[in-house]
Amino acid sequence: MHPAASVIIFNTFSGLGFGLLFWLGMGAIVPTGMGAFIWFTIAYLFAVGGLIASTFHLGHPERAIKAFSQWKTSWLSREGICAVFALIVMAVYGAGLVFAETRLALIGVIGGLASLGVVFTTSMIYAQMKTVPRWRHWTTPAMYLLLSVGGGALLSGQVTIATVLFVLGAALQVFAWLSGDTRFQTSGTDMATATGLGHIGKVRAFEPPHTGTNYLMREFIYQVGRKHADKLRIITIALAFVLPVILLLLPFNHILAVLAVLSHITGVLTLRWLFFAQAEHVVGLYYGKR
Amino acid sequence: MTQLPPPSAKKLGLVIDLDTCVGCHACVVSCKGWNTENYGAPLSDQNAYGADPSGTFLNRVHSYEVQPAAGEAQLIHFPKSCLHCEDAPCVTVCPTGASYKRAEDGIVLVNESDCIGCGLCAWACPYGARELDAKEGVMKKCTLCVDRIYNENLPEEDRQPACVRTCPAGARHFGDLGDADSDVSKLVAERGGFDLMPEQGTKPVNKYLPPRPKDEMPEFDVLAPYLEPIASDGKGFVGWLDKALSSLPGGAK
Repeated sequence: MHPAASVIIFNTFSGLGFGLLFWLGMGAIVPTGMGAFIWFTIAYLFAVGGLIASTFHLGHPERAIKAFSQWKTSWLSREGICAVFALIVMAVYGAGLVFAETRLALIGVIGGLASLGVVFTTSMIYAQMKTVPRWRHWTTPAMYLLLSVGGGALLSGQVTIATVLFVLGAALQVFAWLSGDTRFQTSGTDMATATGLGHIGKVRAFEPPHTGTNYLMREFIYQVGRKHADKLRIITIALAFVLPVILLLLPFNHILAVLAVLSHITGVLTLRWLFFAQAEHVVGLYYGKR
Repeated sequence: MTQLPPPSAKKLGLVIDLDTCVGCHACVVSCKGWNTENYGAPLSDQNAYGADPSGTFLNRVHSYEVQPAAGEAQLIHFPKSCLHCEDAPCVTVCPTGASYKRAEDGIVLVNESDCIGCGLCAWACPYGARELDAKEGVMKKCTLCVDRIYNENLPEEDRQPACVRTCPAGARHFGDLGDADSDVSKLVAERGGFDLMPEQGTKPVNKYLPPRPKDEMPEFDVLAPYLEPIASDGKGFVGWLDKALSSLPGGAK
C-alpha cells in the first residue's frame, strides 16, 4: 500500500493526542488552571492536527461533512463521529479543569473511553480489509490501542505505565510483523484464484494492460523501500520503544523526557510507514506483483 | 445509504469468454470513449503524450501465460472491470453513501457529487475495479453503461454496455444473471462459468468462461511415407554411396 504522508502523520499524531486525552479523561493526571490549559492544548494540537492532515489526501475535502452519515456500515464514518464526540466531551471536561478547577469525573471517563474509541475505529478501517491480509488480524487494533495508550502515558509523564506499555508494545509489534509476513501466502488468494485459471496450469502475468503505470499500481503495489524493511524494523523498535524506556529509567530530567518523546514519535512514524509500505493488496496479483 | 440492499431478483452483469477474447483492447477503447463523453466526470489522462502516461480506465485487459503440466503454454487475454458483486465490500466501507448498489438491478454505482475521494472503496475491492480520477478527485468505476442499457433514445441493438457492443470477437455478453433462463445464465451453466477470487466472499455477478482445452493433434505428416530414411543395408549404387560417404572424414556412420 502507498504510504501517504498525510495518513502516516494522522495515525501517529492523532494516536498520541487521543492517548493523552484518554489519560487526562481517566484522571491519571489532574492538572487545573493554566497547567490544564497547556495539557489540553498539547493533546488537541496532536489529535486535531492529525485529523486535519488526514483530509489532505482526500479528492474533495470540502465534502468531508458527508462522511458522518454512514456509521451503520463504514468504519471511517464511525471514526469521524467518534472523533467529534470525543473532542467535544473532552473540551467540556477540560473547560471544567481550566476555568472552574473542577474535575467532572464522569464526563472525563466518557471522553477518555471515546478517545480510545477513535483509535479503535481508525484501526478497524485497516483491520476490516480482506484485500490486505497483513492488516486483517487482531494485532492491528491491539497495536493501535497499545501505541496510543503507551504514547499518551509517555506524554503525560507516567513513567512506570509507559515503560510497561512500551515493553508490551515492542513484543506485540514484533509478533505482528512476524505473523503478518506469511499471512498473504496463507490467505488462500493467489494468482490462480485471481484469474480462475489455476486449473489449467501455472499462471504467469504475461503483459500488463497498459505500458504505463496507473492509480491501482501507485496505490496498491508499493514496493520501493521494502528491501530495507528489516533495518527499518530494528530502527522502529529501537526508537519507538527501547530508547524511550532507557531514557525514562534514567534519573528524571526534562531534557531526557523530551528526547524520549521525540524518539518515540520518530519510531512510530517509521512503524506507520512500514505498516503501509509492507502491506500487500491482493490486486497486485493481477499484475503478477505483490 | 451504503448498506447493501436485499439481493435483487434482477442481477445485471457481464459474462466474459476467455476462450474467445483475442486481446484487441477494443472494449477498453470503447469504454473510455463512452464514459468520458457521457455519465459523470470524464476519465482523465495525465501526461498522455509524455514519457510517463497514465489515466483512468474502467476496463483493462491483462494477458496471462498459463503453463500446463504437460504440453504447450496458453496465452489468455483477460478483460477486467467491475464485477457488480452481490456482497460488494466497496459499498459498505464508503463513509458518505456515495457508493451504492441499486436495489432494482444490482448495478454498483458512485454518486460523484457525494464522493470525497478518500479511496477506501478502491482499497476494499480485491479486483482493482475502482480508480480515483487524478483530475476530478472522485472515484470512477464501471457503470455497466447504465446510461445506455435503459436509454430509449438509442436503437435497440445499442442498449447494451459499450464494451459488449463493440467486442469484435463476441467475447463479452450482457444480461440478467439473476434469471436462470436468460442467455447469459445458460451460457454460464453450459460452459462452467466461474467467479474471480471466490474466497474473498464478494459473490461477483460477472462470470468468466474458461478457455477451452487446446486441441490435441495426433502426430501426422502426409509426406512421412515418402521421406522414410534410406535403408542402411542398401544394395547396389545406393549401398556403395552410403559406405563411400561414411568412410570420408567426418562422415556419418
